[in-house]
Amino acid sequence: MNQHSLKKSQEFSQLKILLPILIPIILFSLLPLGRGIYLGFTDYTLGSSIKFNGIENYFQLFKDHYFWKSFRVGIVWTIAVSLGQLILGMGLALLLHSRIKFFSIYSVLIIIPWAMPPIIRGIVWRQIYDPDSGILNSVLMQMNIIVNPINWLSSFEHVIPAVIVAGIWGGVPQTTIFLLAGLKNISTGVYDAAKMDGAGIWTEFTRITVPLLKPTLAAVLSLNFLWNFNSFGLVWVLTQGGPGGLTRLPMLAAYEEAFRYGYVGYAAAIGNVMIIILSVVLYFYLRIQFKEQVKT
Amino acid sequence: MQINNVQGMVLKGIKQIIMLILLIYLVFPFIWLVSISFKSTAEILTGGIHVIPKDFYFDHYRSILNDSNLIQSVFNSLVVSIFSMTITVMIALPAAYSLVRFKTNIKNAVLGWILASQIFPAILVIIPLYMVLRYLHLTDSIFGLTMVYVVWELPFVLWMLYGYIKNIPLELEEAAFIDGATKLQYVYRILFPVIMPAIGATAIFAFIISWNEFLFALVLMKNPENVTLPVQLSRFTGMEGQARIGLLAAASCLATIPSLILFTFIRKGFKSGLMTGSVKV
Repeated sequence: MNQHSLKKSQEFSQLKILLPILIPIILFSLLPLGRGIYLGFTDYTLGSSIKFNGIENYFQLFKDHYFWKSFRVGIVWTIAVSLGQLILGMGLALLLHSRIKFFSIYSVLIIIPWAMPPIIRGIVWRQIYDPDSGILNSVLMQMNIIVNPINWLSSFEHVIPAVIVAGIWGGVPQTTIFLLAGLKNISTGVYDAAKMDGAGIWTEFTRITVPLLKPTLAAVLSLNFLWNFNSFGLVWVLTQGGPGGLTRLPMLAAYEEAFRYGYVGYAAAIGNVMIIILSVVLYFYLRIQFKEQVKT
Repeated sequence: MQINNVQGMVLKGIKQIIMLILLIYLVFPFIWLVSISFKSTAEILTGGIHVIPKDFYFDHYRSILNDSNLIQSVFNSLVVSIFSMTITVMIALPAAYSLVRFKTNIKNAVLGWILASQIFPAILVIIPLYMVLRYLHLTDSIFGLTMVYVVWELPFVLWMLYGYIKNIPLELEEAAFIDGATKLQYVYRILFPVIMPAIGATAIFAFIISWNEFLFALVLMKNPENVTLPVQLSRFTGMEGQARIGLLAAASCLATIPSLILFTFIRKGFKSGLMTGSVKV
């Protein structure tokens, strides 16, 4: 058997094993996806026939004031939430990694937000932020920090920080657990050597932990970025995109275009633009990963 | 030496204080949810800050038991989550094994799909998905949603299993093949028990992914009998809002319990770095 046909027969036997995953992937992922991308180049509205209209949707998007606003909000939300999750997750991972007392209790408690479906995260934070019966206002008023109750989710100044705090909260557990796994991969020998050289905690962190953790950090940060940019449920429950479209993330905008106004083609075009932005993030992530692999 | 001891004590104290602050942020919202689920609506609306209710009020939980729509949605969520989890793990296991062992173009295509699937917004898939399901007569059906969730969980499950199987020594399968086992026999009879803990953890994550999912269920399931728990809960958050907050809190607590229990099962795994395989890939 020559090299070529060996490879062919290998491919064939792999194809057989992979068939049970390939069929659902093709039917329920690739096919709809291809169709969805195509719809972004049509003027399809719910109930009408589908007509190809080239890049007309994108000209319209370019002029669409609401679209730009929604993307600006999306970027601010994504960066703030991803960074917040990274910083808190890193802090927690370091604390848990440092042979802290009560480790086992803490490690159960910190996953609680993760166990809650995004819808319930929204329900909880809506109750916390409620202007009349919410605990946040009650506490702040008792401590005399504010005099009048604040309507967190409907005031223009407060709504963005309010949804960001709730958004960070839901993603800290995953981030912590992934970073903790990364920390466990660093051999303790490296730290012992550094201690012998008299390195302080800060030097240890910046010179050893961060560089060695770089692949994990890149993975966590870019995955969080993708997930946060595509998130829907939490903000949907908290504000439905309000007040005045201030928290209308791209996903909420696309959902409204498709299911409230029936502009499916236009919604798909928004989806296509989101793919382009996220591909750039994925590209940078893969570049970092690739460089690391070449090094080792 | 003495100074070092004092320093160590102070450092430990500071660590515990920072931990405590972070814990309040992460845990308090849940405690508050539990707390208001046991308060009467009148007590919730006064906006007190006491965590322990003045008198424990069980009516919210009682009315859940009488709410047949809610019970039905819990049942639907359980069915969809358990079936999609089982199917996903069973079909992903041989697939992940073959991705580790055969280095062909198909392998690269599947790995590429796993990565790419993370960047595609659900909104792009959802309407064409509806069309595909309609074509297969699977719209508004529990089975249809299960299959959608199988594909939704696959990237994560394949990725995790791929990481674990990569670390299994080649000798194990060589021995099996010498004894005349086929590839599938090896995967289900030998590999399966060997990486059982890892499969358990992966399955739990798969369960939680579909238990938590909202957008697909919201768009694809229209018949009230087929609605899942997150969608049913989101219906309470509309206009009626505050009047039913106690009931909503009670239902939310119940919806959190399955994941919470499952997480405590895999906690040991977090400790020993069960996730390392997935991070290293």
